[in-house]
Amino acid sequence: MTDAFKPFDQMTPEDYAAIGLRCGLEVHQQLLTGRKLFCRCPAGRFGDEYDAEVLRHMRPTLSELGEYDGTALMERKTKKNIHYRIHHATVCTYEIDDTPPFFPDQSAIDIALEISLLLGLNIVGEMHIARKQYLDGSIPAGFQRTAILGVTGSIPYKDRTIGIRQLSLEEDSCREVSDVGHERVLLTDRLGMPLIEVVTEPDMRTPDEMAEVCQIVRMLCRSTGKVRTGYGAARQDVNVSVNGGTRIEIKGVPQIPRIPLLVYNEARRQCALLAIRDELAKRSITADTIRWKSQDVTRIVARTHYQPIREAVDAGHVVKCVVLDGFADLLNETTQEHTAFAKEFSDRVRVIACLTRQPNIIHSDASSETLAVRDWKELHRRTKSGEGDALILVWGSEPDTETACHEIAIRATEATRGVPADTRQALKDGTNGFERVLPGAERMYPDTDLPPMVIEEARLARIRAQLPELVWEREARYRKLSMPEETIAALCARGRADLFDRLTNDLGVDTTFAAVILTQWLKALRRRGLDPSDLRDDDLFAVFEAHARGELGREGVRLVIARALATPTEVDQGVSGVAAELREIAGNAMDDREIENRIDHVISAADGALFPDVVTKHRFLMGRLVRQFAGRVDGARVDTMLAAALDIGKGGARRELRA
Amino acid sequence: MSEAARKGYRGVGRAALERFGVGVWSDVEVASTGGQFKGLILPRSETADDKHIVLKLDSGYNIGIAAESITGIIETGRRDVQYKIPEKEFPVDPNKPNVLLLGTGGTIASRLDYRTGAVIPAFSPSELYGSVPELADVCNLRTEKLFGVFSENMGPTEYVALANRVAAGIEEGVDGIVIGHGTDTMHHTAAILTFMVQDPPIPIVMVGSQRSSDRPSSDAAINLINAAWTAGHGNIAEVVVCMFGPTSDQYGILHRGTRVRKMHSSYRSTFRTIGDIPLALVDSDGVRTLRDDYCPRRADRNVTINTAFEQRVTFLYYYPNMKPDIVDAIVDRGYRGIVIAGTGLGHINRPLYDAVRRATEAGVHVFMTVQTLWGYTQMYVYETGREIMELGVTPAANMLPEVAYMKLCWALGQSDDRDEVRRIMLTPVSDETTEREPYNGYLVFQGAVPEVQEFLRTIKR
Repeated sequence: MTDAFKPFDQMTPEDYAAIGLRCGLEVHQQLLTGRKLFCRCPAGRFGDEYDAEVLRHMRPTLSELGEYDGTALMERKTKKNIHYRIHHATVCTYEIDDTPPFFPDQSAIDIALEISLLLGLNIVGEMHIARKQYLDGSIPAGFQRTAILGVTGSIPYKDRTIGIRQLSLEEDSCREVSDVGHERVLLTDRLGMPLIEVVTEPDMRTPDEMAEVCQIVRMLCRSTGKVRTGYGAARQDVNVSVNGGTRIEIKGVPQIPRIPLLVYNEARRQCALLAIRDELAKRSITADTIRWKSQDVTRIVARTHYQPIREAVDAGHVVKCVVLDGFADLLNETTQEHTAFAKEFSDRVRVIACLTRQPNIIHSDASSETLAVRDWKELHRRTKSGEGDALILVWGSEPDTETACHEIAIRATEATRGVPADTRQALKDGTNGFERVLPGAERMYPDTDLPPMVIEEARLARIRAQLPELVWEREARYRKLSMPEETIAALCARGRADLFDRLTNDLGVDTTFAAVILTQWLKALRRRGLDPSDLRDDDLFAVFEAHARGELGREGVRLVIARALATPTEVDQGVSGVAAELREIAGNAMDDREIENRIDHVISAADGALFPDVVTKHRFLMGRLVRQFAGRVDGARVDTMLAAALDIGKGGARRELRA
Repeated sequence: MSEAARKGYRGVGRAALERFGVGVWSDVEVASTGGQFKGLILPRSETADDKHIVLKLDSGYNIGIAAESITGIIETGRRDVQYKIPEKEFPVDPNKPNVLLLGTGGTIASRLDYRTGAVIPAFSPSELYGSVPELADVCNLRTEKLFGVFSENMGPTEYVALANRVAAGIEEGVDGIVIGHGTDTMHHTAAILTFMVQDPPIPIVMVGSQRSSDRPSSDAAINLINAAWTAGHGNIAEVVVCMFGPTSDQYGILHRGTRVRKMHSSYRSTFRTIGDIPLALVDSDGVRTLRDDYCPRRADRNVTINTAFEQRVTFLYYYPNMKPDIVDAIVDRGYRGIVIAGTGLGHINRPLYDAVRRATEAGVHVFMTVQTLWGYTQMYVYETGREIMELGVTPAANMLPEVAYMKLCWALGQSDDRDEVRRIMLTPVSDETTEREPYNGYLVFQGAVPEVQEFLRTIKR
């Protein structure tokens, strides 16, 4: 077998078409609400601090239709102790599953409905809360409460549309702290935060299309101004399949730029697994004919110098060997960038048998840096295996290695069928690893704690009446205004686009100036540690009104906004804070004479100082004046008057500068 | 189409199903003024409105569609869905103890009911083995469903039937009996069973769950395994309640049937021994006793059964401003016994005095317990208490109010003689009144107190 897959940067849309790449997205977005979805805990407070721990285990249950979910059975084998870290400020008895849910936060439902309408979804008449099972412990109840609000919509993309399958409103899960052996530690601060999940149809055909569509969905959510931003507030799952492959879900991708490489690697993995399947078929190995065995080889390798096994044997652990008949030379096949087929086995052993310390397996296809040649020979002899067979060694406790051997056999059997239906985790290097067996519809279960809730037509009408402009239409409109491209996306995403329209339409503010202030200046203030979200649109409108009346120069707009943010004001005093600022400016409005006095003053104060030239002097004095006027006077006006006072003529300083 | 095909649907919703000739378990495509929907029609809860059709989408989610908005439904297929717990025959091992599991209802093992959208009990050794296979490592299990009632519907008929069935089980030679019970009134049943089934030779273990077994975080399986351990291997031959110790999955606590109370409406660790320490801890390592004054397991099959029960007994939870006509009404309606939960050491207000005197003079038996739950009625301490005793009210020491109620029902079932009833009430069968309250029998921690926070942080609770 040879690896015929092109590197990532050489792949073309035609290459992806040839392998039949299809991908879809599940975009998760936290909503901006005051409280969590099903309890009265405050939303949006995060931290690693905790003041108590709760220990739980998860057991699979039956779904409504009477089936055990495959994932559920897998998780049961893992037998994890799940430790929840809880902090009294962010968690109540609901999150730790000691209290039934309270009625869901109504503002969360409103926001989810608003986004559903923007996506053109058919809104359900009644919201039914379901329990979606998660046996990995990521939710203490063992299930996530979730409800569909809309189905079957679409968004425009290039010259076609991308189908939106559904939007659900759900509670966010825990954050993982660590997962070592049989102990998993989770933080509960994020648990219960209202979250929407937007699921697209598998309508994307290349990795880049995935990133672009994801960006559109994310922008659409943000255009409401009612979703959370920041790391982890928006995450996506990426679904990938190729011809002959399987729909694979890669979970929890926090950043959009990481999507393309992940998609590429998964497409490549599926193609590689299909090639391995074909090779096995050539060797007459199928799900029916596959043969494997396992045996304890602790004594055979007891004297090895290979450190991981050495330590295991010294610690009294056992070493087991799985023989996969006819599998030789396949385990080193490349499945993803810098990743071999053997990792498929290692991942299962890590997740299901809880042998988390790496490396957790070695195998006969990569024998050189592990056991001595004579050890491998002896293993072949004692397991009665031949050159054409593959040996995989695992080490650990008796029950864990037993589970590991079974999982290796299960994974090998799946290799004869192609691509097993996994849920996979996104890794930092753009590859993915096994997380759990892909859950099916069987894991859905109606929530018996809360009755169905009717979505009244009047409620929809109220939300419809206040919908923001569709983000792609708005972007097209802004593009026609020839605004800086980087401000367009930012305006739409930060939810200040409506304000921008009011400023430019009602006040006639220059479009580029308004766009730069509302995006780049606010961003700059955020970098200074201020929180521009404290400023309401009306506050900012008031500042620009003063600007439009000629009372405030451009520099003044920047300074007033910065000062209004930096000055501690009482809650809900934002507007009056700015108003006070504006009153002060109006009260101090300066006429030309006062400005001239100030100019004379700074010139005489600098008397005696030596400047290399008049341009430097002008720049120095201008800096002084700007600080003194603090934006109450337009900079250009001062510049002209200062130049006149220095007798270098209007714009003289600049002319000399150029010279 | 049959009635079953419209299950739970009424009014507009039902009319829509009939109009388009579809029913429950039809795979359908629905056209509505709100757009197209595709899925499986599910039964509707009878307590839900009559205006929506419930659809299960392929993704497994359920949604409701307003029946009025529906313009067309096309049936694309039909599915026969059966909800079934995987059944596996319970293995028998002659070296393991034989345990009889009696079901009364509740959520120890349960499944979903489409009709109400609620969970209903499901129960047989093979079903239990299918969902809690660990039970086979503990004992040989036989099950018998006595009633299918939620615990709030347990009453005298059930108490007597349960006591008699326990007696029969003892006679049959089982090594222990587990009683699955809803948690709300588990402590009431535990108390009356203690009085009705005296000196049993084997453990009689009541168990339930706070999180129903249809959820992965359920406490049902662990409680059941712990109860099976206690019944099959434990040495405490008494009526006990076996429920979660802490909220964490760590160990169960065995509570004496007369000293236990449900203390939280939803916590897993809701059952607490009040005014005393519990009997034992139980986990997969077995039963660890915390005290040695329990009745040990015996080889004989002797047991004293006394199923006396007088139903005309009531309970008065005293509140300031209580009016005497309440007491008069109780007497007028022919009640023979009243248990009062008084304030503090066992007090009620003066305006009630005359009514209480009329009650005792009419032959009504009145006993005093404390609302504080912890502590004794010590009515001699204050003038008020002495006056109330003068009225013929008998203090019931540190008997829990619910236990006193059950015991008075039982006592009045045996006698109407004032002295005899007093003798029965104040002679403990199994620590319903105790001579001493241990210093660690009253522990109600307060959060945010530094040493308690340290405890919560370092020792999971």
